[in-house]
Amino acid sequence: MSKPIVQIEDVGQTFDTRNGKFVALRDINLDIREGEVVSLIGHSGCGKSTLLNLIAGLALPTSGALICDGREIAGPGPERAVVFQNHSLLPWLSCFDNVYLAVERVFGEKEGRPKLKARTVEALRMVRMDHAMDKFPHEVSGGMKQRVGIARAFAMEPKILLMDEPFGALDALTRASLQDELMRVMSETGASVVMVTHDVDEAVLLSDRIVMMTNGPAATIGQIVDVDLPWPRDRLDLVEKPEFARYRAAVVDFLHRKQLKKAA
Amino acid sequence: MSAIIMEKKIEELVPAAAKAVGLVAPPPPRPLAGKTGEGLRRVLKTVIPPLFGLALLIGIWALVSIKGGSIPSPVVTWKAAVVLFSDPFYSNGPNDQGIGWNILSSLQRVGIGFGFAAAVGIPLGFLLGRFQFMSSMFDPIISLLRPVSPLAWLPIGLLVFKKADPAATWTIFICSIWPMILNTAEGVRRVPSDYINVARVLNLSEMKIATKILFPAVLPYMLTGIRLSIGTAWLVIVAAEMLTGGVGIGFWVWDEWNNLKVENIIIAIFVIGLVGLLLEQMLIRLARRFSYETR
Repeated sequence: MSKPIVQIEDVGQTFDTRNGKFVALRDINLDIREGEVVSLIGHSGCGKSTLLNLIAGLALPTSGALICDGREIAGPGPERAVVFQNHSLLPWLSCFDNVYLAVERVFGEKEGRPKLKARTVEALRMVRMDHAMDKFPHEVSGGMKQRVGIARAFAMEPKILLMDEPFGALDALTRASLQDELMRVMSETGASVVMVTHDVDEAVLLSDRIVMMTNGPAATIGQIVDVDLPWPRDRLDLVEKPEFARYRAAVVDFLHRKQLKKAA
Repeated sequence: MSAIIMEKKIEELVPAAAKAVGLVAPPPPRPLAGKTGEGLRRVLKTVIPPLFGLALLIGIWALVSIKGGSIPSPVVTWKAAVVLFSDPFYSNGPNDQGIGWNILSSLQRVGIGFGFAAAVGIPLGFLLGRFQFMSSMFDPIISLLRPVSPLAWLPIGLLVFKKADPAATWTIFICSIWPMILNTAEGVRRVPSDYINVARVLNLSEMKIATKILFPAVLPYMLTGIRLSIGTAWLVIVAAEMLTGGVGIGFWVWDEWNNLKVENIIIAIFVIGLVGLLLEQMLIRLARRFSYETR
């Protein structure tokens, strides 16, 4: 396929804790190609969020290196936008202003206010939140907050979009509709995405590749499944396809047989 | 039944939240038909118990005044208050001014001392909250000085400023500054890490972080600090003015004691309480205006 946008080379992460060193991740090698959607899946505590934070630059690895677009990742930056699990909208800014803050940061030096505002409105329109852009986060539902969070990330036109269990805090119906929205937005923008999830269906539905992590401590990549289903995908069609069931079975088999969590 | 109560609670909560942000116009007044009885009962429920409390207080006061002899009765005090408030803004020289002037000059001292304390304490609080080193450096000093009665600082003020008025202001400064520093610092420490992460991912400038993230997140804590400070300042000013003299409600109390006009002292107690209550309510309103719903 195309060239890698993010290269992860021999990355390990060790934390100093009160009880000595805790090895969270070891020997992670992974290339994320341009325009690809990669899911990280594994049991809780397997370090999938830690890996995402490393790509985001919110934490730095204790060994190995991460390279984004030819440069080593030394800290967070707007070319690697993050959608946080709990939306992380600033409660004192309206939905519009939350997105505008990001847009202004990324494009403010080159573009005038009308252009920046147009970008903000466009991003909110893309997630169907343009009708509520003057509302404050506490005035809209959880799903709508997460839409704004996604709009904020997409509005930055990042090289890669990082999502940490983006729909984990939502109910099943809202989650499904947001997954559909996300697929639509991803196909409109052709974005590269890394997504942490613990939902097998979500992983199969949204991903080109599913990276399955072994249990921690000292977690690493156990197995990678290539999801060779055509885009655009429709959840209703997929459920009836045997390939979908096969991919799903592969992930479930890995998670629940090979990496059975002892006394969860 | 419980469903009705729930519905009502939500009905009450939602506009309150909206109003706090000043977005939504107040809902149209509810139709009165059929609800007058209920409304009346609610008014009575909120008004009757405080009235009972007040009546009890005045009753005990009346009893004490009958038995005690030197304590003036409520009626005498009321008559004195009518005289006093008929001309609150007279001025016969620096030692004989109306109660209005006395209250205003006390408030002025509190305002000035408090203003200086805010100007110094809030930035200091930001530094202490943001940098662990600063916090470790200043925490022992603050812990040592905070329990000291602000009045103990009055002689230092007199020594330095050589005048009574700035010395009283100085004690206000000292007593207001601690809650301001501590609450601001606490607010800065408690800024949710999510917001800081947002700032880091966006790579915002320090200026943007301060104005768009730190300041709004800390504001509610700061306002708590301000509220505590004002409360203490109003307590302290009365005592400070008793010692320094001049014009002011505290001095006035002492002066009336020297004149043996006990009814005026009782009036002053009520007035001081009322002003303190108003200050407090004002700041609670202000805090509510700036509070935000995190969820």
